[in-house]
Amino acid sequence: MKRQSILRVVSKLLIPYILLFALYVQFHGDYGPGGGFQAGVIFAAAFILYGLVFGLEPVRRVAPPEVVEKVAALGVLVYAGVGVVAMLKGGNFLDYSALEQHKAHAQHHGILIIEAGVGITVAAVMISIFQAFAARRAGR
Amino acid sequence: MILIALLALLVATAWTVVRLRSLFATVMLTGIYSFLGASWMLLLDAPDVAFTEAAVGAGISTVIMLATLSLTTREEKVCRFRVLPLLVVVATGAALVYATLDMPVHGDPAAPAHLHVAPEYIADVVPTPDGEVLQVGIPNVVTAVLASYRGYDTLGETVVIFTAGVAVMLLLRRPRREDES
Repeated sequence: MKRQSILRVVSKLLIPYILLFALYVQFHGDYGPGGGFQAGVIFAAAFILYGLVFGLEPVRRVAPPEVVEKVAALGVLVYAGVGVVAMLKGGNFLDYSALEQHKAHAQHHGILIIEAGVGITVAAVMISIFQAFAARRAGR
Repeated sequence: MILIALLALLVATAWTVVRLRSLFATVMLTGIYSFLGASWMLLLDAPDVAFTEAAVGAGISTVIMLATLSLTTREEKVCRFRVLPLLVVVATGAALVYATLDMPVHGDPAAPAHLHVAPEYIADVVPTPDGEVLQVGIPNVVTAVLASYRGYDTLGETVVIFTAGVAVMLLLRRPRREDES
């Protein structure tokens, strides 16, 4: 699809807003519909759109597979890390109330961080699945 | 009214998917089916689920199915009509329809699901007059349940997604040695 100029221009226009919307869904999940899973998928959709229109090589330059696979593990580590920190602070595993003195803030921050972990893992996994399929097709 | 129209569209899409032999059209129609499903979820006041269905079902899985098609074939094999699978499907469908007859009406406040822990979760959204929260205290109950009350489950789900990604990479990615040779 490399010669489709309308697709190229429109997707270039859309991709920043898709990424921005993903971040909105990610960090507004406490107040409105959404959360880490949805945000991660939308974030990955921006990369997949880029890959569909511009090809596999450009998307591999933006998100190198060896980096993406480590980022996928990082998300799980962030999530589990919050649980371990809560334990070190004297609470139960994943008991956010133990994170800070003020309980409401502790819950809020704990949820924000674990949602970020979910979002990171989901986005990275979706991007790497897409790259794996696209690389197969290209015979690389 | 709009519910009936949506359900009719869902049935029509599903029927077309069953009838079609072209897999390309089938993939497109399953994307449409997911999008209709997302609209249906939205009408049932479940925007979080609708969000996921629209992004995953209509978006990413359609792209991945298309990628799969380009690796395999575009036409479905013609197979002869068999009675046993049809019987299994009809029996399962009938059992599911029969089971829905016992379910409470949608949105019934007296339904068991709304009487167990849900009132506690909803009461927790509003802080007490002195600004303290009882348990979680964030406005979106769905996020509160997923991220805090059921934090273990969501950690498990994240690990499942990670495992799925690792499995796909193991299956589809060719070993490095092959690239070099």
